[in-house]
Amino acid sequence: MTSSTHLLKGATLPSGAVADILVQDGRIMSAALGTSAPAGTTVVDAEGLVALPGLVDLHTHLREPGFEQSETVLTGTRAAAAGGFTAVFAMANTQPVADTAGVVEQVQALGRAAGYATVRPIGAVTVGLAGERLSEIGAMAQSRAGVRVFSDDGKCVHDSLLMRRALEYVKTFDGVIAQHAQDPRLTENAQMNEGALSSELGLKGWPAVAEESIIARDVLLAEHVGARLHICHLSTAGSVDVVRWAKARGVQVTAEATPHHLLLTEELIRSYDARYKVNPPLRRDEDVQALREGVADGTIDIIATDHAPHPRESKECEWDAAAFGMVGLESALPVVQTALVDTGLLDWAGVARVLSTAPARIGRLDDHSHSFEDGAPANITLVDPAASSSFALDRLHGRSTNTPYEGVTLSGSVRWTFHHGYPTLRDGVLAPAGDTAEGMR
Amino acid sequence: MRHLLSTRDLTRDQAIHILDVAEDMADVQTREVKKLPTLRGKTVVNLFFEDSTRTRISFEAAAKRLSADVITFSAKGSSVSKGESLKDTAQTLAAMGADGVVIRHHASGAPQVLAQSDWIDAGVVNAGDGTHEHPTQALLDAFTMRRRLHPGSSRGKDLDGVRVVIVGDILHSRVARSNLWLLRTLGAEVTFVAPATLVPFGVGSWPAAVSFDLDETLRSIRPDVLMMLRIQSERMNAAYFPNAREYARQWGLDDERLTALGPDSIVMHPGPMNRGLEISAAAADSAQSTVLEQVANGVSIRMAVLYLLLSGEREALA
Amino acid sequence: MARTVLQQADIARALTRISHEILESNRGADELVLLGIPTRGAVLAERIGAEIGRIEPSAASAADLVGSLDITMYRDDLAKHPTRTPAPTQVPRRGIDGATVVLVDDVLYSGRTIRAALDALNDLGRPRAVRLAVLVDRGHRELPIRADFVGKNLPTSRDERINVHLTEIDGAEEVTIEG
Ligand SMILES: [Zn+2]
Repeated sequence: MTSSTHLLKGATLPSGAVADILVQDGRIMSAALGTSAPAGTTVVDAEGLVALPGLVDLHTHLREPGFEQSETVLTGTRAAAAGGFTAVFAMANTQPVADTAGVVEQVQALGRAAGYATVRPIGAVTVGLAGERLSEIGAMAQSRAGVRVFSDDGKCVHDSLLMRRALEYVKTFDGVIAQHAQDPRLTENAQMNEGALSSELGLKGWPAVAEESIIARDVLLAEHVGARLHICHLSTAGSVDVVRWAKARGVQVTAEATPHHLLLTEELIRSYDARYKVNPPLRRDEDVQALREGVADGTIDIIATDHAPHPRESKECEWDAAAFGMVGLESALPVVQTALVDTGLLDWAGVARVLSTAPARIGRLDDHSHSFEDGAPANITLVDPAASSSFALDRLHGRSTNTPYEGVTLSGSVRWTFHHGYPTLRDGVLAPAGDTAEGMR
Repeated sequence: MRHLLSTRDLTRDQAIHILDVAEDMADVQTREVKKLPTLRGKTVVNLFFEDSTRTRISFEAAAKRLSADVITFSAKGSSVSKGESLKDTAQTLAAMGADGVVIRHHASGAPQVLAQSDWIDAGVVNAGDGTHEHPTQALLDAFTMRRRLHPGSSRGKDLDGVRVVIVGDILHSRVARSNLWLLRTLGAEVTFVAPATLVPFGVGSWPAAVSFDLDETLRSIRPDVLMMLRIQSERMNAAYFPNAREYARQWGLDDERLTALGPDSIVMHPGPMNRGLEISAAAADSAQSTVLEQVANGVSIRMAVLYLLLSGEREALA
Repeated sequence: MARTVLQQADIARALTRISHEILESNRGADELVLLGIPTRGAVLAERIGAEIGRIEPSAASAADLVGSLDITMYRDDLAKHPTRTPAPTQVPRRGIDGATVVLVDDVLYSGRTIRAALDALNDLGRPRAVRLAVLVDRGHRELPIRADFVGKNLPTSRDERINVHLTEIDGAEEVTIEG
């Protein structure tokens, strides 16, 4: 059994200051140099490691209930802990769909039982994600799960009137609509970014305008009704422009990008390797650069994984038949370091913002938003920024292995994850199942 | 050559080599005994996930004339028409000892997925995948052009400076794509003519000129080769153009346009034709038409491809 | 180290003798077709055809007398080598039905090439008789095949290599043995 008191010696805080962080009873007792530790404290040599507030993923598919062959709450949160996440927001496209208080409470309870990370369910905007009638948003908001984020992710809330009503209605509960922006008619059977390459490969194109037109409509709706709007996984340069314009007008909009859209381009699809099939699709290099700039200048508020596990047979097939999605929890931080930190676009304070404090604020996850002040909940991630290695499948801890990064050299390695003071990841090794739930208490 | 997946990755020398071997195969087709013992003991599987009687029997004739055993596996409509089963199907064929797989699939890239996989070691020939490529069709088209332009002395020749105009549904046409890459590699100049809705997105970066006006193109380009593509009726339902009448009037090869074309130009069509829609009966049956030659040449090209893929010792994976 | 066993004059003499022997055995040049096996057999057939034309002015023109017979598609060892490029087969206009066909090759060794040539011939028509002329017979037959006209019998060991160089192809004219 690990002691419940840890001293993280010589860690570098996001501010750049070096501190000894004392973690006791689930709280940060002190984060200053020369902190002394009581007897029985486990000392972690954190010299050279960067301490971040525990990472928060606003966009995770945990697949349970309904698709347990791909992932469960337990396996998905193990992957989260291995990737440095202490909280994940579980998307609603399960079976049954998370459109009632019963389902969201069940998912949250499964998260508590697993203990590897805080699981906050996201509620569906419409019943069965069908895009026809609002689901019981109020009941989900007032349930034990305390849902604040609502999304039909995987599908777009494309009916304009329904979207307006949803934006208005969630104001009642301080909620936010997270929109998966994809015009369904413009993307019927679409397979990859529409451009010269899709034409050459003979794969049906997914035009940028199918995303941008929905974002443009939704920011105008959000402005009109004075509601909060969150845009999931921006993937095009045009989307960044629209969000930047909307923010300049004062629209209450926040935006997200995924790690894969910040690193990978459509060129990979020349192989027809379905591991690169994702929704929204990988885009051009110009789009990747625009997304990176959007993160750097704050237009894009957060980075979220869109962790989307699929069984092997869903990817070992021809492109058209393959499922959309990539796993991303374990690779997220290395990709962010590689794409944004190593390139000088973001410092570690910025990483703390886009991967922890900003998503926690959007999702109203108050106990995850800290800057190492005394008494803050001890959700902490320690990263070795000097590490660099070829990404291997053995770094995955979920049930599925559909990563696009196998064999790709990525910087940075998550060494320790503390969830409310409990070490779910210990020098790169996951805590054994069972211990974690114990540690939660 | 280990597989034939696309014309885009053929070099000029490789392409001419295939065309030259096809000349030898064509010679054999003029003999009384049309069969060669070359692929005796080899098994070629025709794996058709999409109906195409013409292409299937052409490959079947080619394989049989090389004495290969031919197994036809029509997956359409059966339990294996679902995507997940490409792997199972391939492993089944491998267990049956297939040396070559000729695959026609509705999904672009399926032949490449098969070739890259470790499910089967056989040589893979793309017999048409989705809206991607149809390399043997392009090769037989180039072969047909070469024989018409250099009667009796086509061996070793390329198509340098030959003006080719391809008309019709470029957007959905794997034939147009394979032809473009191959014709450019062989030195020809390619112009696509289509309504703007049937021009692929981003075509500006392709090595082809694009025009919406057939009459103007015939006047200004004076094509050596006019290739008419088949128009499928479902395109009308999807509102790519208003109706068949308007299409035929704007982009069909009617008798007037045939006259404007001149007697030295050749008229090609990959078949099957919609007479009266993209091509008039008179044009289809004219002396300029190569439609039946294309069918005969298809067997020679496919014999050449099967020979080059399957006769020698298997090349090691690069 | 290669050792020359036939020089230019030896080759010329051998071909002249073969030409005479062919005419003698065929009792003239009527109904005679020479088919060389590419690459060097085809060159030798052309030369023998020209010689026959000189000896027998009444003989058919070279185009009607000489052709080539590619055997690539009939080989039994295709799968053991990288893919071979076939060469064209050119049969004289008269065809081979009822003719005496003389197959011409540079070296007779295992006999497998000639076996393939007989198969190929079988698919082209029905000759009255088939004969075989070779510049060099090096022995080591694996099939019951023998040459009717031989330029030179060269006893060899299996490890040795026979190289035939002809001016038209190699820019040199000699037969060497390498061991
Ligand atoms: Zn989504």
